[in-house]
Amino acid sequence: MRRLFLISVPYLWLLALFLIPFVIVLKISLSDTALAIPPYTPQLDLTTGWEGIKSFFGALDFENFVWLTEDDLYWKAYVSSLQIAVFSTLFALLVGYPIAYGMAQAPEQWRATLMMLIILPFWTSFLIRVYAWMGILSQEGLLNQFLMWLGVINEPLIILNTNKAVYIGIVYTYLPFMILPIYSALEKLDGSLLEAAEDLGCSRFTAFWLVTIPLSKNGIIAGCFLVFIPAIGEFVIPSLLGGSSTLMIGKVLWEEFFANRDWPVAAAVAVVLLLILIIPIILFQRNEQKQREAEQ
Amino acid sequence: MKRFTWFNATALTLGFAFLYLPMIILVIYSFNASKLVTVWAGFSTKWYGELLNNTQMLDAAWVTIKVAVVSSTLATVLGTMAAYVMVRGGRFMGRTLFSGMIFAPLVMPEVITGLSLFLLFKPVFTQLSAQTIILAHATFSMCYVSVVVSSRLVAFDKSLEEAALDLGCTQFESFRLVTLPIIAPAVISGWLLAFTLSLDDLVIASFTTGPGATTLPMKIWSAVRLGVSPEINALSTIMIAIVTVGVITASISTKRAALRQRAEERAAAG
Repeated sequence: MRRLFLISVPYLWLLALFLIPFVIVLKISLSDTALAIPPYTPQLDLTTGWEGIKSFFGALDFENFVWLTEDDLYWKAYVSSLQIAVFSTLFALLVGYPIAYGMAQAPEQWRATLMMLIILPFWTSFLIRVYAWMGILSQEGLLNQFLMWLGVINEPLIILNTNKAVYIGIVYTYLPFMILPIYSALEKLDGSLLEAAEDLGCSRFTAFWLVTIPLSKNGIIAGCFLVFIPAIGEFVIPSLLGGSSTLMIGKVLWEEFFANRDWPVAAAVAVVLLLILIIPIILFQRNEQKQREAEQ
Repeated sequence: MKRFTWFNATALTLGFAFLYLPMIILVIYSFNASKLVTVWAGFSTKWYGELLNNTQMLDAAWVTIKVAVVSSTLATVLGTMAAYVMVRGGRFMGRTLFSGMIFAPLVMPEVITGLSLFLLFKPVFTQLSAQTIILAHATFSMCYVSVVVSSRLVAFDKSLEEAALDLGCTQFESFRLVTLPIIAPAVISGWLLAFTLSLDDLVIASFTTGPGATTLPMKIWSAVRLGVSPEINALSTIMIAIVTVGVITASISTKRAALRQRAEERAAAG
């Protein structure tokens, strides 16, 4: 009895507030816009029995999805989201790996503090961390002031409100997600393997390339997924740091919902975004599972 | 064989500079007398004064804290139950679906979660409000709590619970007297995580809110869309200070607890 209670409370909660909402999104993405005011046609009328169910499914159509393919705004937004997510994941890896490597090589008594310093930004408001870059990257911002003072440039660089600023924002905010899994892989690495490689005639660089990188592979994969998956649907960063030409699907969905108030199209955008994300999410979960099994 | 080289030191210095300089600059410029955030015009605390007189901002902060306290408490109860079911529940119908529903919200884009909850709430509630934000936040936070708590549950020895049962405890007593004290640190950090997630959330709250319920991130959002403002810098500084003090205190106290435990173990062994 008590066991049933224990299982059913969180189960029913998640069914009602996680699964059912998705079914609703799917249904509304197949519905027609009635001037953005619910109820959407068709409505399921169970009082008429089987006939009602049949006419309900008969009236659902893919109109909103056809609309997504006709207007190339959506198509471009999906491609550009993928592109921005892929490149910022690579940049985050290039920036994050040396940091994680440095942490793993650092003297033992420093490591807890270094770890805390990596996690600390994660507890600070995401919005504030993105906002902090607005004052730095703007045309009269601190970065331009600094570079002009150094004499590197004569005219201010235009970074804010372009895709460059979006890359910087994503790398900055998701960097801890890249560093932590790589660090935990590197920390476990057995130093004697590197010694053996060097004894056998490898240079330090070859030893790094042939031993360290392959042994930290799982950390690299986990870190890349942890940056890539949230980056695709990102909304705050492209809206604050990107310009009007920055197309990302999270931003498009937001505008479709709040500015155009077109809920069926917003729901269709969400369904397609979810379809894009399913493959990386499944791959990520499999990688995690494999790692867990390897540890046992 | 660990070798801390110049290369490592440079990587760490540059890396931490990248992580911390933007926030340090933000804090410094909150004390700038000028309204122009990129020009330094002397030290001043006037933006803090203006912030304290901004009743809209203070109201939003109050709403945010209320939502965060209630939703994270709900999330902690639900998440701990979910973790217990996943780790100790054995087999039951729909277990795969259950674990999927716990994992999925962690990787779901916020815009999708927000939209789907809005479409659920809209026909059910006559008006969306702070209550609907609480339901939304509790739902995604409980998944984070359950991940944190279940990692602790997996690590601890099941035979302790069985011993309690053998000695005549009921299932509930064994949970309250044995399991709960052991997983307490994880439950507390789960609550803290849920609390910060709720404080921080802009996207899901924007979808699930109604008239009159404006949270602090929503207020910050509408201010910063128009550009950098020194008042927001002051507010950010206060928030950064609170988090920094909190995280440092927490990490010192866990370190102390670990040292104490080690000393006790040594005393018991000796």
